[in-house]
Amino acid sequence: MSRQRHVVAAIDEVGPGTSKRVNVAGRDIALFNVGGEFFALANKCPHESGPLCQGKIIGLAVADEPGKYRIERDGEFVKCSWHGWEFDIRTGQSWCDPATVRVRAYDTAVENGETLVRGPYVAETFPVAIEQNYVVVEI
Amino acid sequence: MSTDILERPPQQRAAPLHTRLKVVDCDIHPTAASADELLPFLSERWRDYMKTYGGFYRQPLSDTLSHPRMAPDVARADAWPPGGKPPGSDLAFMQTQHLDANNIEHGMLMPLNRGPGNQRNLEFGAALAGAVNDWQLAHWVDRDTRLHASIVVTQEHPPFAIAEIEKRAGDRRFSQIMLPPKSLEPQGRRRYWPIYEAAVAHNLPLALHVGGINGYPATASGWPSYYIEEQHTNVQGMQSLITSMVIEGVFEQFPTLKVVLVEGGVAWVPALKWRMDKHWKRLKSEAPHLKRPPSEYIHDHIWLTTQPLDEPDADMDLAEAFEQVGVDRVMFSTDYPHWDGDEPSFVVGKLKIGEEKLRRILRDNARELYGFK
Amino acid sequence: MTLAAPDTLARSGASSGAASPRTSVFGSPAIDCDLHIAVPSIKALMPYLDAYWRQQFVTRGIDRLSWNLTSDPPGAPISGRPDWRPATGKPGTSLPLLREKALDGFGVELAIANCIYGGAALHSEDMASVVCSAMNDWIAKEWLDAEPRLRASIVVPMNNPELAAQEIERCASDNRFAQVSMLVAQGEPLGKRRHWPIYAAAEKHGLPVCLHAGSLYHHPMTTNGYGSYFLEDYVAQAFAFESAVLSLVSEGVFAKYPALKIVFAESGVTWLPAALWRFNKTWRGVRAEIPWVKRPPMDIVRDNIRLTLQPFDEPDGAGRLERFCEQMKSDRMVLFSSDFPHWHYEGTDALPISPKSGLARRILYDNPRETFPRLGLRELAR
Ligand code: FES
Repeated sequence: MSRQRHVVAAIDEVGPGTSKRVNVAGRDIALFNVGGEFFALANKCPHESGPLCQGKIIGLAVADEPGKYRIERDGEFVKCSWHGWEFDIRTGQSWCDPATVRVRAYDTAVENGETLVRGPYVAETFPVAIEQNYVVVEI
Repeated sequence: MSTDILERPPQQRAAPLHTRLKVVDCDIHPTAASADELLPFLSERWRDYMKTYGGFYRQPLSDTLSHPRMAPDVARADAWPPGGKPPGSDLAFMQTQHLDANNIEHGMLMPLNRGPGNQRNLEFGAALAGAVNDWQLAHWVDRDTRLHASIVVTQEHPPFAIAEIEKRAGDRRFSQIMLPPKSLEPQGRRRYWPIYEAAVAHNLPLALHVGGINGYPATASGWPSYYIEEQHTNVQGMQSLITSMVIEGVFEQFPTLKVVLVEGGVAWVPALKWRMDKHWKRLKSEAPHLKRPPSEYIHDHIWLTTQPLDEPDADMDLAEAFEQVGVDRVMFSTDYPHWDGDEPSFVVGKLKIGEEKLRRILRDNARELYGFK
Repeated sequence: MTLAAPDTLARSGASSGAASPRTSVFGSPAIDCDLHIAVPSIKALMPYLDAYWRQQFVTRGIDRLSWNLTSDPPGAPISGRPDWRPATGKPGTSLPLLREKALDGFGVELAIANCIYGGAALHSEDMASVVCSAMNDWIAKEWLDAEPRLRASIVVPMNNPELAAQEIERCASDNRFAQVSMLVAQGEPLGKRRHWPIYAAAEKHGLPVCLHAGSLYHHPMTTNGYGSYFLEDYVAQAFAFESAVLSLVSEGVFAKYPALKIVFAESGVTWLPAALWRFNKTWRGVRAEIPWVKRPPMDIVRDNIRLTLQPFDEPDGAGRLERFCEQMKSDRMVLFSSDFPHWHYEGTDALPISPKSGLARRILYDNPRETFPRLGLRELAR
């Protein structure tokens, strides 16, 4: 089955540091904006299926030794809304068990309306304006 | 273990059990939308007291626990009802998100509001217990018959507890008596026996949900620093409770008493049974009132709830632990709306013990214990 | 993951210079990692006190007290097997009996003695400290000098970690001390930073820290207060060990002291896997609270915690030791112990698996040698 590129949102619908739940070809997807870059993860935690779109977007808590706390890569992780597992928004990899636990990540791109109108994109859910930029998810 | 669910091939098998089966959830937390919600159920004196003095506990912080939780209101992040009320405070939202979605046939309410059993002012504790009981009926049980109330009592003065039990016992909307596992003395001590006598007389199981504030540190070496440690001591609290009730002879004295441990998990029970049996054999002369190995009392009198479901790397380890506990003694629970809850789908997927036994855990054991049809 | 077996180190003790270690009753060499010697009475320690403390002890009548621990009542059946009790006095006070029943009885190459005594539990930090020093000197002279197969544990004043660390430094030059020993239930959780001077000193000298069943009773054994029976408290020792696991890992003791080994003695063993399933699970969700814990707790425990075998909590013949190793994914964690003179089994039936198995060989000999690097050191006397 060949992959299709779906237009899922205008970029200003998902502000930096936020997420948005979108439905693409019957799939429940959480769209994230990390400092202007867009990432799409399945909106279903691999643990107990908690919705990731409602998880807090966080930085990674690290410590080189006990009592010395700091944050790395602020805004690049999502903490599952249920049991708090942390996932790398860029890759879908889980922090606690990166080798075996990851959430499905989809390729995204930002395209302008003009390109989109020419196709071949699927944008059945909302109209596309030529002057706007849009997030496109490949499924 | 492959957990990338979207990569799995489409399921050809029959729909999973939890979608075909009505489920009994033994741990649902209703929350008051605000402290004011309880006021109509208190007399003027205690309304005044609550507003003026609040709770009075054996701990440093007066309004909250001293190990801050890792999630706001200890809740899963998607359990906040629209409008900003706290998780577990809105019946309609609970119905949609949990009761209907998870096919819940019966839900056992475990109100934790302000811990009547942990109030130092015993009279206030008793008044608060009565108020929480009335509130459960008015706000929850009378509005959704799937929900069942628990008789909340203050255990530290048994006459107050017994009065509350007597008042509610004939009311079928209440299904059990709720006590905190952290009491001023271990649960097996004789000061609490009058409460057990009342429970047996009215054929009501005791439900002990983890937690409580009794002034004793959470471990034998004092207070731990971190929430992750303090949370784990819920397990030792349950272990202590079983050890005490069994060894002090509660179940010799009350052979029909039934005890439900809520939110303690399950997998630690086999090792505790082995340990108690082994050392009881050697130290029998100290407790001649025990006529049988401790593990037999545990099996005959103690029911456990599944959440938080233990997660060994190998699913077979979990199944083995459940078999060692006895699948006739475990009942499903979600802990909705708390952050560490389990959905029926998760338990069905993780617990590889066959449909027949899962059915017992998800529904039949609880139906039988509480006399539900 | 685990230390290399110290094959390069000289073999020690009675078999020093011999081609191969002695064979135990199990058919292969064995090292007993927990047996007990006991202070018969405070009078025994008097020669090891200075003039001030001798005067104090006599004028206050302290030399006539027992200082037995509530958590270790010498009269209880569990504290002394009938055929392992001396004709007079407390279990563990007779060297000839220990030689005959434990060392010869099991045919061990070496045995590490624990001396559990109330002296370390005193609230006066200074008195506890001098009593611990006296005990260590008494142990070296009365036991270690007399029996070359014996090794011992440095007893420390648990209420004052600085003094405890000094005592470790003082005793560390004597290689017959194989570990440091404390009770598992103390005034503050074992991982707290106040205890770290002890771990620093222990790690520096290649001394594992043994946490032995027992309580200072700064707090009740359970979070619900005091029960009526010793049996309840004894069962609850395992809960205290479980709290120790949580505390040691969560506080980052092994992040700070990665080479440190903690040895649980008389913990019961079989509760550990389920405790770690739970700990791993919780860690995945709330690990940001303790970010220095960078691996699943079970992996850390596997590397840094060891457990002595007896008492082994299982129904007879249940195969739990093999399952323990499978569930922990390690055969390196359990150390053979007789727990002499405590009464958990009859005869020499201390090994719940076939003595011919590879696992038995590991538990009896390889694991102890890997855990206690000082057992291999040649230089013995102070
Ligand atoms: S469902 Fe996401 S962490 Fe459990």
